Amino acid sequence: MAKKYLHIHRLRRVYVWELPVRIYHWLNAAVIIALIATGFFISDPLALMSNKEASNQFTMGWFRYIHFIAAYLFFFNFIFRLYWGFVGNKYANWRQFIPISGRFFKEMWTVFKIDILMLKKNGKQQDHLSVGHNAMAGFIYFLTFIMFLVQCLTGFGLYAGTSNWWLPKLFAWVPAVFGGDILTRQIHHWSMWFFILFAVIHVYLVFYHDYVEGRGEISSMGGGWKFIEEDVFEKNKHHTPNPEK
Amino acid sequence: MANDLTHIYKLMSRLCLDDTQKPSGMNNDVLPKQPTYYEEVERKGYSRRDFIKFASMMTAFIGLEQSAIGQVIKALETQPRMPVIWMHFQECTCCSESFIRSSHPIVADILLDKISLDYSETLMAASGTQAEAALKNTLEKYKGKYILCVEGSVPLGADGVYCMIGGKTSLQILHEVSEGAAAIIAWGSCASNGCVQSAKPNPTQATPIHKIIKNKPIIKVPGCPPIGEVMAGVIVHYLTFGRIPELDNIGRPKAFYSKRVHDTCYRRPFFDAGLYVESFDDENAKKGYCLYKVGCKGPSTYNACGVTKWNGGTSFPIQSGHPCIGCSEENYWDNGRMYERGSAFAGFGIEADADTVGKVALVATGAAIAGHAIATNIGKSKLIQKNEEEGRESEHELKS
Repeated sequence: MAKKYLHIHRLRRVYVWELPVRIYHWLNAAVIIALIATGFFISDPLALMSNKEASNQFTMGWFRYIHFIAAYLFFFNFIFRLYWGFVGNKYANWRQFIPISGRFFKEMWTVFKIDILMLKKNGKQQDHLSVGHNAMAGFIYFLTFIMFLVQCLTGFGLYAGTSNWWLPKLFAWVPAVFGGDILTRQIHHWSMWFFILFAVIHVYLVFYHDYVEGRGEISSMGGGWKFIEEDVFEKNKHHTPNPEK
Repeated sequence: MANDLTHIYKLMSRLCLDDTQKPSGMNNDVLPKQPTYYEEVERKGYSRRDFIKFASMMTAFIGLEQSAIGQVIKALETQPRMPVIWMHFQECTCCSESFIRSSHPIVADILLDKISLDYSETLMAASGTQAEAALKNTLEKYKGKYILCVEGSVPLGADGVYCMIGGKTSLQILHEVSEGAAAIIAWGSCASNGCVQSAKPNPTQATPIHKIIKNKPIIKVPGCPPIGEVMAGVIVHYLTFGRIPELDNIGRPKAFYSKRVHDTCYRRPFFDAGLYVESFDDENAKKGYCLYKVGCKGPSTYNACGVTKWNGGTSFPIQSGHPCIGCSEENYWDNGRMYERGSAFAGFGIEADADTVGKVALVATGAAIAGHAIATNIGKSKLIQKNEEEGRESEHELKS
């Protein structure tokens, strides 16, 4: 019986995602869903028939209102996450996202081989790479942050013209760069698709990692815990893909 | 109008005649004393009352407070006439057409008569060497004092041969004429953005003025054409204050280009209510609903159409049931289609818009995920099996 040689892992609980990171994550998810849904409506509103007078209706007005509120939440949440990248724990640190070391690139290559090409490493089908997110994921999140920035710039740039507040007005230069609102609006619309594709792949990969590794990937964004094997813990003490200093 | 034009003709021919009859050495003489605007108004037989009405109207047009009326009047009373040179390059002259149709008769009269349009291919009476002499004269006599109005873009391709006047390329002429200009007004989308002749692939390399002349204040007055009253307002502002009006970050006068057509549109309540024309001539179009879904670019277009309107305040495109095409915006001809909300994807052919590309990418992503899921169950079968066995073993060992 194979069971005889079965190695039963001892797992150790690691607090990976702190509460602010979890709040950031779910607020971000909710707000992005709201932004995409209202954004689609704003770009191509449904043909709503009504015999009510226009003065008694505010359909598009509400959609835009929700879009703008969600946009502010998204913006401040984003700013907060950037701040947390400097004061949060090592798994939330900015070094997890920006490829600045050879080890980062090496790990990205390993992730590519193991998780995408399904190749074996040292005869094993899986390698315990990282406790937080792996280097590939970190890099994708880095691109995501850049897209956040693109959406904030173009979105508030379009909004600036109709706002009296100084904050959106700071973005008034953006449409000028693209030669006007028409192109700015289109960039805003195109970029939105990045978020849809990202969300699909992101959710799939969370299930994938949970399924293959069995370390509580899905629930980690709920309680913040991930579970790593005791031997890996011993081996990886003071070892993250992109260690601080 | 006919009367006005006869008048212009007389004025122009006299001007050109005067200039050409002078011996060449006269250019260094003291400037002939120019009458002030008010003196000219009086000479033309307008009453003081007409003059005050005109000044009040222009004050409102250029977006000043009521208290500034006195300032405008004083400037028009004391300022000598300012020479204006009006160049035509790559363009269709719709700007000039718009300008001479400024709603108020006095506007056209005052501006055409009182600004000495020393050189304008369309409006001047002189031609040939006479006209060129008039231009040369103004350039020398009023160096650093005249306003240069440019209508049209400048082709840089093939050394500029696509637009030549009197044996010179428009680029040469522009450099010559802008040298002594106090300020440059770029009339219309051609001079401001390059307009349709600079649409891809821009075979003549049509270039807007601000990309060629860097050392002069340039006022962009985009639109195809710009509204006549807006054009008049820009000139009067300069005459009154002796400096260019306040410009936005793209170089357009704030008084006319700070609001979107959408924000001043009388159909805006239908937009907010979610009531749209679905196709031309449908029931909603009859009711005058918002034209957003048939491609109105009002939400992306900064202009005064909704307020000032056209043809003496008669109407503007949206009021006539046609969506705004965004003619005063840069690259409006390249940025998506006229009758759709712009989401055309450059480089993906004319048929693919952003959402089509997005949907294809989404399906491709779904397929890739399905493929990866299958590959995972095959490629990592041993690992998954081991995990499962380990879990099952623990389950067995536990008491129920």
